[in-house]
Amino acid sequence: MFAFILRRLAVAVPTLLLLIVFSFVLMSLAPGGPFTGERALPPAVLANLEAQYGLNDPLWLQIWNYLVSIVVHFDFGPSFVYPDRTVNQLIAAGFPVTLTYGGLAFVAAVVVGVALGVAAAIWHNTWLDYLAVGISIGAQVLPNFVMAPLLVLVFTLWYRVLPGGGWSFNDPSFWIMPVIALSTSYMASIARITRSSMLEVLGSNHIRTARAKGMPESRVIIRHALKPAMLPVISYLGPVFVSMITGSVVIDIYFSTGGIGKAFVDSALNRDYAVMMGVTILIGTLTILFNLLVDVLYAWIDPKIRY
Amino acid sequence: MALLDITNLSVRFRTNDGEVRAVSDVSLSVEQGETLGIVGESGSGKSQLSFAIMGLLARNGAASGSVRFDGDEILNAKPKLINRIRAEKMAMIFQDPMTSLNPYMRVADQMAEVLTLHKGMSKREAVAESVRMLDAVRIPDAKGRIRLYPHEFSGGMRQRVMIAMALLCRPKLLIADEPTTALDVTVQAQIMQLLSDLRRDFGMAMILITHDLGVVAGSCERVAVMYGGRIRETGRVGPIFAEPALPYTQGLLDAIPRVDQEDEELRAIPGQPPNMSRPPAGCAFEPRCPYRRPVCAEIDPPLEDFAPGRARACHAPLADVLARRITAELPEVDPIAAGDIPEAEAIPRAAVAGAGVAGTPSAPGKEAE
Repeated sequence: MFAFILRRLAVAVPTLLLLIVFSFVLMSLAPGGPFTGERALPPAVLANLEAQYGLNDPLWLQIWNYLVSIVVHFDFGPSFVYPDRTVNQLIAAGFPVTLTYGGLAFVAAVVVGVALGVAAAIWHNTWLDYLAVGISIGAQVLPNFVMAPLLVLVFTLWYRVLPGGGWSFNDPSFWIMPVIALSTSYMASIARITRSSMLEVLGSNHIRTARAKGMPESRVIIRHALKPAMLPVISYLGPVFVSMITGSVVIDIYFSTGGIGKAFVDSALNRDYAVMMGVTILIGTLTILFNLLVDVLYAWIDPKIRY
Repeated sequence: MALLDITNLSVRFRTNDGEVRAVSDVSLSVEQGETLGIVGESGSGKSQLSFAIMGLLARNGAASGSVRFDGDEILNAKPKLINRIRAEKMAMIFQDPMTSLNPYMRVADQMAEVLTLHKGMSKREAVAESVRMLDAVRIPDAKGRIRLYPHEFSGGMRQRVMIAMALLCRPKLLIADEPTTALDVTVQAQIMQLLSDLRRDFGMAMILITHDLGVVAGSCERVAVMYGGRIRETGRVGPIFAEPALPYTQGLLDAIPRVDQEDEELRAIPGQPPNMSRPPAGCAFEPRCPYRRPVCAEIDPPLEDFAPGRARACHAPLADVLARRITAELPEVDPIAAGDIPEAEAIPRAAVAGAGVAGTPSAPGKEAE
């Protein structure tokens, strides 16, 4: 297992390298550039700016220089649009925010989603099942861009109990609405996956054996059914966790949380090459790590999987 | 008093296709230490009967009637009562050892939890006792292998593990639901031998559910023949095999290929078992019965005693059946053509033809021990 993890981490290096090269090429192929504005800059100014950021160099040299500065200095460069800030600073400011509300939303989605799904499967075809399915369909058809303004309407404008936007690490009341708005649709998917996989496991032969052994139903579910039923949920959760902690542009915009979700979309719109690359690499790295974690969890649950 | 006393047990399933009557009005009893064989084709209701006894029916199934075990009424009993009886006094082994063990738990944990739960043993004691039981079912190197996962055992070894797990609490009754169907021919014989040895050593009663008359002849004292969800003939094994009093039993026994008679074609029962979501008004075997008469299609005959310890449910006079005076010519089943008929039609016939062959065709790909 340890050798497997090392091997996977070794493979991650060329994967990331490929990701960087592809993103870099795609980015420079896109029309426009960081200095394309409504008012065209004088050619001399533009040439100066491009020279300063190394945009005149051939593409391979730009990529090479970029890689060197990342590997040697862990420096993702200055932002093209906000010249006084580096990408490292932008990510350091925004990522803790999305990590906080995304992480909390993840925990909420998993706890509520798994509980709903398991309850629905255990009490299959009873009112509780229908209620759980109803809740998850409701949560699924209310996307976060509908959910967010509804939450603001109810809790900020009507009841005046929660701040309508902004962020503070010290005051959890700022966290509540972003967490709810981000988690609901994921929660619904988790509930659906858990329910169907739990139903399948509960109908399997080894569960019948566990019942024939005189196990109380609670023990049958917790000891015998839950682990295998979690397999499909876990493979769904790996990528979901990454996309949750790297934030959501919808959440960042509606609640002005200042996370990197909005920074990422803005950077793409502004052709802020450095920020775009920085966030891409962050998401890529996290994705590789959490896919690895999913594989390790799989092997822990299913003894037939050996790497 | 009998160890297990079943009266008028019926099992119904709600399905999208309407209500299916899997078991109707079954009454049976099993004495302490006795072995009862329940024989029938696929779909005759024999497995559902055993699930109903153990309280293991699928969620859409409902059982009615009465099942008294060791003095307690256990049909639809409270989970607490039934969970105390399961494994402790009445255990079950299943048809498919490949999937009946939990693939995600070590054998040690699966076995030990029975003893920690029912006998209050510590984990260490429970594992030690489980190793002794694996020794008893003749698993070599039990001490080492108990640490393995089920997929690291062959099919026959897994069934031995299932048997060992079922016997941990020394139950008074073991229900074996087609314990050898999924296994290789050679392994089948070993498992049956093991079961009858253990039954003798532990003084346990056993219900052996099978479609294999050969298995019944070798290990049962009494036999009940099921067809269309009902018991249609019961009696001691010797008399039933010598003089089957029911046309269906006769057909099953005729279908056993005999090595000592040359040039004989494989005889099968023509037709198919009834669809129990639309049960026939009369005798369920009527369409396939060579002794049928008009009354058979209208009235389902009740199970009646006709000799000490023997009962049958049939309208045809006993003398006619014994003398093979048939009343209806049924289309001959051509054994050669059987290979050409479509899969779906072939299944029921294959089930009948296979009954009693010491080695019914086993599923491909099963490892030999």
